[in-house]
Amino acid sequence: MKSARQITGILSFLLIVCFGGSVLAERKVDQLRPAATLEEMLYIPSSKVVRRMSVGFEALVADIYWTRAVQYFGAKHIDNTNQYKLLYPLLDMATDLDPRLIPAYEFGSVFLTQPPPRGAGEPLKAVALLQKGIRQNPNSWRLYQGLGFIYYMELKDYPAAGQAFEQGSKIPGAHPFLKVMAARTIQEGGNYQTAQMLWQSIYESFNDGLIRENAMTHLRALQVDQEVLQLEALVRAYAARTGHLPAGFAELVAAHVLSSVPRDPLGYPYELLPDGHVMVKFYRELPFITHGLPPGQRPSNMDLSTRHK
Amino acid sequence: MTRRIAYIASNTFREAVRDRVLYNLILFVLLLVGSAVLFGQISMEIERIVVINLSLTSISIFGVIIAIFIGIQLVSKEIDKKTLYTVLARPVRRWEFIIGKFFGLVETLTVNTCFMALGFYAALFYVSNGLHKSDLNILTAIYFIVLQFVVITSLALLFSSFSTPIFSAIFAFALFVIGTFADDLKNFAALTEGTTHWLITGVAYLLPNFGSLNVIGSVAHDQPVSLALFVHNSLYAVLYSCAAVCGAALIFERRNLK
Repeated sequence: MKSARQITGILSFLLIVCFGGSVLAERKVDQLRPAATLEEMLYIPSSKVVRRMSVGFEALVADIYWTRAVQYFGAKHIDNTNQYKLLYPLLDMATDLDPRLIPAYEFGSVFLTQPPPRGAGEPLKAVALLQKGIRQNPNSWRLYQGLGFIYYMELKDYPAAGQAFEQGSKIPGAHPFLKVMAARTIQEGGNYQTAQMLWQSIYESFNDGLIRENAMTHLRALQVDQEVLQLEALVRAYAARTGHLPAGFAELVAAHVLSSVPRDPLGYPYELLPDGHVMVKFYRELPFITHGLPPGQRPSNMDLSTRHK
Repeated sequence: MTRRIAYIASNTFREAVRDRVLYNLILFVLLLVGSAVLFGQISMEIERIVVINLSLTSISIFGVIIAIFIGIQLVSKEIDKKTLYTVLARPVRRWEFIIGKFFGLVETLTVNTCFMALGFYAALFYVSNGLHKSDLNILTAIYFIVLQFVVITSLALLFSSFSTPIFSAIFAFALFVIGTFADDLKNFAALTEGTTHWLITGVAYLLPNFGSLNVIGSVAHDQPVSLALFVHNSLYAVLYSCAAVCGAALIFERRNLK
């Protein structure tokens, strides 16, 4: 008979080898089966039923639903899909179960608002979600900020946006910029500076990387739009003065119209087309821009750079 | 050595078949299989599918219950009745005892599943007015269910080697539930990065994967199961169970039985 030490050694060796083998076999099984996905199905669509089934633990169940919504959005976002049909039901369920789940309203409305494939492209549902959140949590100024933002950016309803910012600014503890935004959206709705200020406020007030990256992308696009318009105006003025269009930006620099060849926010020099239009070098890297695109290229909401990787 | 393990296995089998609770559970499964025929009749065009789904699900769930509740008692019962000391006083090593117990329970569960499968095929014969060649495909799903039983038995044995029967049952049942959603765990891991990713992936592989052993939905719709999946699932179940049984034997080898 073998000694106890030998048996322990053999059993330990077998345990490691068998477990390692089982991991390899499982990996092979994973490759053979269709990729596991978050199914497009809300198993129990009624929040009342879920509430009863959760036997008093509805707050935890709400957290699970919110987590599922985040995972669902993340998976769809990575796939660059245009369909987010389960997003609103999941958010609605999470907030029904826990009406005080502020992040679900706050971030959920951002997920819903963004145009596909960055989001569900359903600003009206985002507004409904935020209004539900405001009814349940009237002291959360961030929800008013989100509501005003959607009214301004997506629905172009500047008075409604101003009203939302104004209501939010009256809440004790609200950030002072809500007052400024309320005034500016009502007075100067639709201009670049106001849009820039709103995206800047989103960038500064959120910690989430995805939200901040999105805000930065929009800020870059707004910067490009403004710079392209300004450069084209300069080119037109130069042509009117000299009687011919400049061959390139170098000519404008030589004529002391510009101090240097202008560059886009990514650091690439702008290109001057023979017809006097200005174009960015890599438009795929700058989603959301509406000016500086190649001739015939329509503005896109898609992040083409990630799409083509 | 093989002979000693075979003796323990056959004794475990004999002991298990004497248990009346076991027969009650099997009877309950057969009743459910029978009721599937009635359920199918009040629905539309899905009689056969309902019989397959409800029957195989019943076989799986009740089999797991049997595996857990017998598995957790395998060691503790022997200690309580002090029969373990009699066995170990003979030239039987502790690890041989554990492996014998494991094989005995797997044998019991396989025989049970055969009986339940017979009842199921009788119901299917009644609903479909005979059996067809495609019905052989269902045997794959039943075989995978047996593999589930093998894995859960090994886990029940692993827990019972160091814990009380109640805790062993809770642990084993929790692992069965978590293992059923193993795909979701891997999905979650895929969405994370860095240390969290590796941690969750590690946990996903450490936990049993019962999701891949469930092909009931596919066979109900006559979708064949590939040979590669058959082979790799078998390999996975055998290796995972072997690792768990080795773990159980290791713990039991060092356990103080005084």
